[in-house]
Amino acid sequence: MQLCWDICSNGSIRAFAHTPQTHRAEENNLPSLAPDHKDMMIATEELKQTLPPLTNEEIARYSRHLILPEVGLEGQQKLKAAKVLCVGTGGLGAPLALYLTAAGVGTIGLVDFDVVDESNLQRQIIHSQSTVGQLKVDSAEIMLKGLNKNVNVVKHNTMLTSANALDIFKDYDVIADGTDNFQTRYLVNDACVLTGKPNAYGSIFRFEGQASVFATEEGPCYRCLYPEPPPPGLVPSCAEGGVLGILPGLVGVIQATEVIKLILGIGEPLIGRLLLVDALGMNFRQLKLRKNPDCPACGTHEIKELIDYDQFCGIEKPTSVGPLEVSSHGITPQGANMIDGIPQISVEEYKTRLDAGDTPFLLDVREPHEYQIVQIGGHLIPVGQIESGNAIIPVPKATEIITQCKSGGRSQRAALALKAQGFTNVKNLAGGITAWADRIDKSLPKY
Amino acid sequence: MMAMKIHIPTPLRAYTDKQETVTVSGASVDGALKALVAAHPALQQHLYSADGKLRSFVNVYLNDEDVRYLPAKEETATSENDELTIIPSIAGGCCRLSDGCCR
Repeated sequence: MQLCWDICSNGSIRAFAHTPQTHRAEENNLPSLAPDHKDMMIATEELKQTLPPLTNEEIARYSRHLILPEVGLEGQQKLKAAKVLCVGTGGLGAPLALYLTAAGVGTIGLVDFDVVDESNLQRQIIHSQSTVGQLKVDSAEIMLKGLNKNVNVVKHNTMLTSANALDIFKDYDVIADGTDNFQTRYLVNDACVLTGKPNAYGSIFRFEGQASVFATEEGPCYRCLYPEPPPPGLVPSCAEGGVLGILPGLVGVIQATEVIKLILGIGEPLIGRLLLVDALGMNFRQLKLRKNPDCPACGTHEIKELIDYDQFCGIEKPTSVGPLEVSSHGITPQGANMIDGIPQISVEEYKTRLDAGDTPFLLDVREPHEYQIVQIGGHLIPVGQIESGNAIIPVPKATEIITQCKSGGRSQRAALALKAQGFTNVKNLAGGITAWADRIDKSLPKY
Repeated sequence: MMAMKIHIPTPLRAYTDKQETVTVSGASVDGALKALVAAHPALQQHLYSADGKLRSFVNVYLNDEDVRYLPAKEETATSENDELTIIPSIAGGCCRLSDGCCR
C-alpha cells in the first residue's frame, strides 16, 4: 500500500512540475472535481484507499489545514504519507524540519554528522542549550518529537558523500538542500537529478538569500544556474562575512513552503525561478531560470553517476570534519605539515617559541571587528588588503611571518598571497585563534 | 550612452566600496560591465577570467533574464531603466571548509 502511494506521490509531483500554472491542484491532482472522467475517479478512489487514514487526534491537531480546501483531508493524508529528506540540520534545516514536522509531514530524514555547538544556537533553532555537545541528528529528533509525537524521524548521522547519497535519497519524495558548501550543493543536485527527486533549495550569505526548486523533470537544475563552482577563496567566505541569524529562518521557511506545495500539488512552485531575498532592504526579487539543454546533469545526462565533488570544486579532501558544517574548533590537525607549500605551525609550537623568548612576527589577517572581539598580539591587516597587494607589511621580505586568522583558512590564503609577493618565510598558524583559545589560553572568548 | 543601474551582490560589495548598486553608462550589457570594472578595478578578477571572458560561475541578468540566453548575449543593447544584476554562487554560504561557520 505504501509503495503505491510513493508512486502516486512521485507521479503527482512530476505531473505537477510539468505544468506550472495556477489551480493545477484542481486540474491535476484532485481529479474527483472532474467527475466526467471515469478512469480518474477510479484512480482517486485507489489513492484515497492507499493514503494513510488520519486518527481523531490527528484530525483535531490539523484542523486549520483540514478546513483549507487546498489542503483538506486528502492533502493532510498526503502530508502524512510524504517522506522529506533535510540535508543538514543547521540554520536552514532547523526551521525547515520544524515546520514540516508541525505541518504533519509523516517522515523526516535528517542528514548531519556534526555535534551541536553553542555558536550554532544564534540561528539553528532546532537545537537548544540542553543539547550542546550532542549529535545534531539526536538533538534535532528531540525537538521534532517534542513538537509532534507522530513524526517518524530517520537519522542519517553521516556526511553525505558520493558513496551514500543515492542510497539515502531513494527512500524520499522530496529533498531539501540546507547544506553550506559548494561540494555538497553539487552532490545534492546530481543525486536529485539521478534519482528524479525535486530539490527545494536555499542558501544564505550575510543578509542575502536565494531559493529555488531544482531538478524537477522539466525544470532547470542547480548546474543549469551554476555550471561550475567558483575557485576556492575567490568568493569571500562566511567567516569573513558572517550571517544574520534570522536570515536562514526566513529562507528555510521558504524552502519548507515549497516542499509542502510540492507534496500537495498546489500553487506555483519556484521551478524555473530564483528568488533573491535581501533582508536589509527587505526586497524579494525573482529571476527566470532556464533549463540548459547542454547541462551535463539534466540536459545531456552525461553525468551518469556521482563524481568526486571535492576535486570538482578544487578543494582538498576534508579531514576529520566534513563538508556539512565545520566545527568551530578548527579542522587543521595538530603538528607541522605543509599545505600548498606553506608550512603549518601548530598553536603548541607557537606557544613553545613564545615561552623560549622567540617572538616571530604574527600577522592577524582577520577583520577589525573580529580583532575587537579577541586578539593575541598580532599585527592586524585584513586578508583582502593583503590579497589586493595594497597592504604595507612592516617587516622585510626575508623575515619570518606567521599568519593567523579565526580558524586557519584565511591566514592560509594570506600566506599564499604574501609568498607570491616575494615574502620568503611565511608560515600559517593552524587552527587560528580558535585553536589557541581551545588548547593554549582557555580564558579567551571564542566566536 | 544610458545611465543604468547594476545591482552588486553582498559578496562583491567589498570591491565596490560597499555600494549595493553602481550606476554606470553603457549602451550594451558588455559596455556596462566594462564601465563597472573600470570604476572598480578590484572586481576584474572576480568577474573576468585571465582571457577576458566572464567567469562561468558569475551570472548576469538583464532585468529578469539571464544574459546567456538572450540572442545577442553580452552584446545585447541596453536602454534607460534597464537593470543589471550580478548573481554569484553562494553556498550557504561558505567556500572554504576551514572557514565554514554558517548554514
